[in-house]
Amino acid sequence: MHENPRNMTQGQFSFLPPLTDDQIKAQIAYAIKKGFALSVEYTDDPHPRNTYWEMWCQPMFDTKDPAAVMLEVNECRKTWGANHYIKVQAFDNSRWRESVAMSFIVNRPKHEPGLALARTEGPGRTMQYRVHSYATDKPRGERYK
Amino acid sequence: MAKPDMGKAKELTGADRYKAGVLEYKVMGYWQPDYVPKETDVIALFRITPQPGVAADEAAAAVAGESSTATWTVVWTDRLTAADLYRAKAFRVDPVPNSPDQFFAYIAYDMDLFEPDSIANLTASIIGNVFGFKAVKALRLEDMRIPVAYLKTFQGPPTGVMVERERLDKFGRPLLGATTKPKLGLSGRNYGRVVYEALKGGLDFTKDDENINSQPFMHWRDRFLYCMEAVNRAAAATSEVKGHYLNVTAGTCEQMIERAEFAKELGSVIIMIDLVLGYSAIQTISKWARKNDMILHLHRAGNSTYSRQKNHGMNFRVICKWMRMAGVDHIHAGTVVGKLEGDPLMVKGFYDTLLQPHTDIAPELGLFFKQDWASLGKVMPVASGGIHLGQMHQLLHYLGEDVVLQFGGGTIGHPDGIQAGAEANRVALESMVQARNEGVDYLAKGPEILAKAAKSCKPLQHGLDTWKNISFNYESTDTPDFTPQVTPAR
Repeated sequence: MHENPRNMTQGQFSFLPPLTDDQIKAQIAYAIKKGFALSVEYTDDPHPRNTYWEMWCQPMFDTKDPAAVMLEVNECRKTWGANHYIKVQAFDNSRWRESVAMSFIVNRPKHEPGLALARTEGPGRTMQYRVHSYATDKPRGERYK
Repeated sequence: MAKPDMGKAKELTGADRYKAGVLEYKVMGYWQPDYVPKETDVIALFRITPQPGVAADEAAAAVAGESSTATWTVVWTDRLTAADLYRAKAFRVDPVPNSPDQFFAYIAYDMDLFEPDSIANLTASIIGNVFGFKAVKALRLEDMRIPVAYLKTFQGPPTGVMVERERLDKFGRPLLGATTKPKLGLSGRNYGRVVYEALKGGLDFTKDDENINSQPFMHWRDRFLYCMEAVNRAAAATSEVKGHYLNVTAGTCEQMIERAEFAKELGSVIIMIDLVLGYSAIQTISKWARKNDMILHLHRAGNSTYSRQKNHGMNFRVICKWMRMAGVDHIHAGTVVGKLEGDPLMVKGFYDTLLQPHTDIAPELGLFFKQDWASLGKVMPVASGGIHLGQMHQLLHYLGEDVVLQFGGGTIGHPDGIQAGAEANRVALESMVQARNEGVDYLAKGPEILAKAAKSCKPLQHGLDTWKNISFNYESTDTPDFTPQVTPAR
């Protein structure tokens, strides 16, 4: 049987082959044209409810040049790229949205250990599930040495 | 043909007006062509087909009367009240283009005729006795203007589109779902298998069908337990938030709440109800959902019994309005290209009603009123029924980004299995969004975009091979009465 080979598919384009820099720039240009503010965030914890990734920079509310955003992406890759996920987010502050409008992965760590599912059995066949990220097993300061 | 008389009715006052006996509705005060609706009035637009010999203004007045204070004869007890206020007022009748036996009647209702925060009460007047009234051959409620003051008494969607997206961490693309098939007969264990495969393959949601509640082949607790095993396994496998719409529809409200509580206990992000629950039950579960951080999906089971025929019943856009007020987060609202009823312009009218903060008068979309939604949340439309990945460009074009695209057969019927079906749908969707954002004319080039994406995704190629020629080209029955006119440039 066919099995989906991907194990971390957050974001808008995770089912496509990794985006090239030109493709990333095209998406950034679209976001800028729409008036969105771009930002770059990174983490090594792909837990689906890990909402607050580290901010590489503040949302670039005034940047109109896709190359300038791409520069931040590449700087972030240099610093964190080997062991972290990096995503580009576009924020739309217009009334009735005031939220994230786009979000896509632009970097994956060399090694993607993924998540474990632990079950705790309760009464009446109920089950409590705990999703655990292997990457967080060690304290943050002791990872990737 | 109904002839709009349109004249001002002879006004009777005092003892003459209240002499025992029967009067025409229009002289009882229900036809007031000079009336200017107040900002706080509810306005309803009816399509009326009067019986032969009944003039348009009298028919409109009769509808106003029977949907508000009137009875068939004069009653002196009206004089104990401020009767002029409580009478609904028909104030305008328009011919229906190309339908000489029908006309549109605008009727205004004072807000105090209705209980705050009660769809049941609002509808008991507006679609109550009046629909069986003998003087009209047929009657259809086409649209309503709900005043801001009245809207503010309603909670609206428990979650709303933006908060739903934030909770799910899914942005910038339509969401993907599938209804478990076969819709009836699977055991809980087999059912959960379909859910797991579809979610792990790449869908965001799977769904119970409208008629899956608690039957001999699968009782509800069993279904909930197996589905949540599938949801959690798939979430861990993909690092994404996943959900299965657990249908909590039941014979009583108490059972419905019991099922919802169990879904919450198991950690589900979403539950589901059917429209056939009734308006009070819908408002009950909506308030429960707000209190318990639960997304609420509504399946519109039953609506086509009264929304599909043009001359009688009610337009689905009115159901959209009532459901945005009653408070649901998802509602099935048409696909344009799938197997169920849906003219493209009519569907756009439904989607705008669910998603926009304001809508303007747009007769070509079936929107007859300017409507301010008073900050009520947005309802996510759901497109479900006979759609497949080969139509991805059309779906994105017609339905936009804030929509759940549900490919049930189009996932589960994939030749390489359910995961392959899900993956093919997700790849098709992502490649189409990518192309759109890159400025490609994706509607014209859709098939090329899909063919290119299929080169690195075998499941997509096999899906395209299987469904490429499937379409449902039937004439819609619920079509616009007004067509957009091209205004010559000056």
